[in-house]
Amino acid sequence: MRTPRMIAIALAAVLAASCARAPAGPAHVSAPEPGPAGLGEIRLATTTSTDNTGLLAVLLPPFERKFGAKVSVLAAGTGKAIDLGRNGDVDVVLAHAEELEEKFVSDGFGVNRRRVMHNDFVLIGHPDDPAGVAGAGSAPDAFAALAAKGAPFVSRGDRSGTHVKELELWKAAGCNPAGKPWYMEAGQGMEAVLAMTFEKKAYALSDRGTYLSMAGKFDLRIVCEGDGRLFNPYSVIVVNPAKYRKANYLGAMGLAAWLTSPEGQAIIGGFKKDGKVLFHPDAVPED
Amino acid sequence: MDFFLETLAGAVRLIFSADADAAAAVVVSLQVSLCSVLICAAAGFPAAYALWSARFPGRKAVLVLVHALMGTPTVAIGLFLYIVISRRGPAGGLDLLFTKKAMILGQAVLGLPIVISLAHSALSSLDPRAMETALTLGAGRVRCAVTMLVEARSGFAAALITAFGRLLGEVGVSMMLGGNIAGKTRNISTAMALETGKGEAALGLALGLILLATAVCINVLLKLLQGGGRESSRGDRG
Repeated sequence: MRTPRMIAIALAAVLAASCARAPAGPAHVSAPEPGPAGLGEIRLATTTSTDNTGLLAVLLPPFERKFGAKVSVLAAGTGKAIDLGRNGDVDVVLAHAEELEEKFVSDGFGVNRRRVMHNDFVLIGHPDDPAGVAGAGSAPDAFAALAAKGAPFVSRGDRSGTHVKELELWKAAGCNPAGKPWYMEAGQGMEAVLAMTFEKKAYALSDRGTYLSMAGKFDLRIVCEGDGRLFNPYSVIVVNPAKYRKANYLGAMGLAAWLTSPEGQAIIGGFKKDGKVLFHPDAVPED
Repeated sequence: MDFFLETLAGAVRLIFSADADAAAAVVVSLQVSLCSVLICAAAGFPAAYALWSARFPGRKAVLVLVHALMGTPTVAIGLFLYIVISRRGPAGGLDLLFTKKAMILGQAVLGLPIVISLAHSALSSLDPRAMETALTLGAGRVRCAVTMLVEARSGFAAALITAFGRLLGEVGVSMMLGGNIAGKTRNISTAMALETGKGEAALGLALGLILLATAVCINVLLKLLQGGGRESSRGDRG
């Protein structure tokens, strides 16, 4: 019994030593330590769609290398992302809900709002389209058909940009789905909602990028698209340094500049899943 | 059945592919939860001893409160600490939010009631004659405390194991205070929540299995310490 105890004590000592060092420095972080001339750590609150599709994984590393920066990505719904900016807990926000963005800026918390890119929303459903909404002429018509049939619908329910757009479309359709038995408010990210949509043979509103990146995993199809009301613009907004002096304003402006620069925009336009473009650059549009 | 088997096989393949992101999450989990559990031990054992030995008005009420706090939802602790350490909050100047330090703070708050409660139970279940004997033999207050803490060590180890298990598996505090930043504050449980949400069931399951294996290793380790302790104490008596 002596030996195992010794081993255990030795292992415990090693673990304790390793974790005593832990808070001191990010020793294992893979990105190079930003130099004194670099932009340092930049906190970016972003919608889940830009992170989970893998766009940021190709868009950020060249920026980090070029400017000695480390971008910490906090992926949340647009509502939460803007709240993080409002509380000064991040330096820059990438969002897609124009009304919330405008309020964020007019309240004085956000500055330098720039349009970065767009894609569009699509109404997703089971391949059989049990509610038969595929023939609807417009997005509000499709939503009205869903409500009339009482077809199961999974809502983000999380104040994300997609959720804000969905509520707008219900309003345009003249329906109020709140509290209806067929209306499920998930309160989760887009991917989780698409998974629920598949499991429940339901319908859901999704941004095209996330739907395309998930298309191989679940048997779902687009039942309504192309309506002008389904346009989905993404903007970058920097947290106002007058409100939060400790925010990394220079880093945030640098990142906003990168996202809207010819290099950054070319990366966005070239980002594809299964040969399909997920986001279209707006700041420096392609020819 | 295909989905189940494929996911399982995918998870096993992923575990043996030694993914760098998964390894980073394991390191974060261990660093944060071990630091937190050490803080819980340093603060919780003396607190439990004080609650057990001292007699003061309101002692029962404190005990009831500590027991009740054992079941606090992790997101409640996360939210409370978020509004404290947010840049808008009273401790915003410390720049704690979305760092490992914030996760350690949250997990320590989460684990402390567990450690105090279980350590207090361990002390309460000791033979009362031990304390009397120590006093009769002329031990001072500090000496007495040390004797009792040593006597109760196997119960204390159990308290730490239980707390560590809860901390390693919790999501709420890590997500809200750490922010699930890749390579920085992403631990096993927040990575699992993310991958599962993304529909990457195999990756989520692989992380779950890693979490389980980590928990088993740590528990075996602590059991060895605990077992060794019990044997030598039996030897002492004989």
